Amino acid sequence: MTTDLLHQAAPETRHRNGAALGVGLLVLVGVLGIVCVLSVTLGTRGIGLGAIVDAFRDRDGSVDATVIRDMRVPRTLIGLSAGIALGLAGTLLQGLTRNPLADPGIMGINTGAAAFIVSGIALFGTQQLTTYIWFGFVGAAVATVLVYGVASFGREGATPVKLALAGAAISAGFYAITTGVIMTNLEALNQMRFWQVGSLAGRYWPELTHSVPFIIVGAVIALTLGRSLNGLALGDDMATALGQKVVVTRAVVFVAVILLAGAATAACGPIAFVGLVLPHVARAMCGPDYRWILPYTLVLSPIVLLSADIVGRLVLDPSELQVGVVLGIIGAPAFIALVRNRSLAKL
Amino acid sequence: MTVTELAPEPTLTGRRRRRARELSVTLGLLAVTFGLFVVTMMVGSYRLSPWQVVSSLLGISGQDNIDFIVRDLRLPLAAAGLGVGLALGASGIVFQKLLANPLASPDFVGISQGAGVAAVTCIIWFNVGAVATSVAALGGALAAGAVIYLLAWKHGITGYRFILIGIGVSEFCIAITGYVISRADLYDAREAMTWLVGSIGQTGSLQLRILLIALVILLPVALILGRWLTALELGDDTAHALGVRVEWARITLLAVAIVLVALSTAAAGPVAFVALISGPIAIRLVRTGGPVLLPSALVGASLVLGADLVGTHLLPVSLPTGVVTGAVGAPYLIWLLATVNREGRGG
Repeated sequence: MTTDLLHQAAPETRHRNGAALGVGLLVLVGVLGIVCVLSVTLGTRGIGLGAIVDAFRDRDGSVDATVIRDMRVPRTLIGLSAGIALGLAGTLLQGLTRNPLADPGIMGINTGAAAFIVSGIALFGTQQLTTYIWFGFVGAAVATVLVYGVASFGREGATPVKLALAGAAISAGFYAITTGVIMTNLEALNQMRFWQVGSLAGRYWPELTHSVPFIIVGAVIALTLGRSLNGLALGDDMATALGQKVVVTRAVVFVAVILLAGAATAACGPIAFVGLVLPHVARAMCGPDYRWILPYTLVLSPIVLLSADIVGRLVLDPSELQVGVVLGIIGAPAFIALVRNRSLAKL
Repeated sequence: MTVTELAPEPTLTGRRRRRARELSVTLGLLAVTFGLFVVTMMVGSYRLSPWQVVSSLLGISGQDNIDFIVRDLRLPLAAAGLGVGLALGASGIVFQKLLANPLASPDFVGISQGAGVAAVTCIIWFNVGAVATSVAALGGALAAGAVIYLLAWKHGITGYRFILIGIGVSEFCIAITGYVISRADLYDAREAMTWLVGSIGQTGSLQLRILLIALVILLPVALILGRWLTALELGDDTAHALGVRVEWARITLLAVAIVLVALSTAAAGPVAFVALISGPIAIRLVRTGGPVLLPSALVGASLVLGADLVGTHLLPVSLPTGVVTGAVGAPYLIWLLATVNREGRGG
């Protein structure tokens, strides 16, 4: 730990000033706006900017208007909200566990959702996607509560190492259930192999309206946690000495993570890359202060998710590549280049 | 477990008491592993007594039919379980100690994913046999290890950069694997998923022989080099001052661990979570902070053998080892996390 503290002090010295970071954030918000518009216009059916305005002004029932209102706009909004949710959830978990590998996948949230969804398919047969959104949500919540509960046993409470290990262990248990069901149920396997890539395709207004309220509440909670995460980054003892209630902070972080990651995973499937990698990108851009990392991740994550979705729609036109696949194939090399070229701030 | 707590005798010094505990835990684990190894060969459609198994192994049973059952039918499976478990347990703890992160097992930093993408592509696109799939998996794992190491090299290796690059490589491989599986014919997809779950039942005799020879050579090497791990944990400068050639020590240990994982994955597929949970379980059993490489390897072997017994004999449907390892190991790790009231670090 002492070496970690030494490393932590280094980025502090090249701390960028608040004004520059604020301007950077505004620029990113502008980029996000452009990406959103592109996400509505680009695709197998190209749509002009004028058509977007028309679609909402007069409901003439043209094909363009239908595509925009019922498909592109909800898809873009789902990408936006899922990106925000996954990025923030990843940041919260990495800050909480002080572990660069922590993300909704490793902490058992994806595997919990997957286990409940395949069990639902196996027990009740194939249903509409909207039916198993709720299975996914419950699974994510159960997994997160279990992780926190297990890690909280013992004298010293939920330390970062115990949280990380409990997450991995719970994840292992749920993974076993999922694979057990898949191996004995061909229908569940068929559904799962599409769900587990992670995709924004085929998600419309119902998925959006089911997930967005949770994501908004979670995001608001997350944005208030910057100062607390800064405290936790110094270690539990230091945070306590600074007057923070560490146990309360951890519980609040977990509530936010359940809301964010649970809703996003249930709606889009386990989109892995965003929650794991984007917090590191944000950290590389603005240093170790979580009051900046959180808003930066909030804007960066949907930019990356929506861009990957647009690329996936265009490369195999008229078919499309799932967003999870694009993120891995394009995003991973970009991330590796970033890791090599910057001296990343340690957690 | 059969490990009994040593009664603290006031005449023993702390150091001698720790040595005694390490020795007793190791011997206890050795007994458990050997017990499971023998039980694996006892059960089946024709039950044998422990003595029949042991005498047949030693070549003194004198009954040809029992020799046939034990040596030709059941020994390959038991040896595969033993070999795969030892390899995963040993390499898992080397990764975790070397990279100073309890989550940094080979299943999470890209090695298993490298093997997975190569094997799945071979199964689905080229429709090759078992030996070719094993060769592909071996190549994939070694290539992933080499790529991560080379990309992470920048005036030396730091554990943190290795982990982050490993995440990137891992996400890249997962994306391609998911894409290949989602495009495949359902029955090919099922075959690929079965390989990805991992099972010691799918180990061929050639792959088993290579793995066992490698273990006989590499496990002692790892045990001898393992003394460096303790020094490296203190930080590079301290290790250097203690006379360890840091970079050389790190690359040799990593290479040994990667080769062990690659061979065991080639033999049985990526049996999940054994490498991840063996180390923490061993650390919590030994509890002295001393060297845990051998205990961890033995925990790995016990986990795989135990999981195979549960998967093939205790459950109503026969399940592959990889499904059960999580279900067997995860609750045990959770129990250890909840009960062992240590400082909560170094896991």
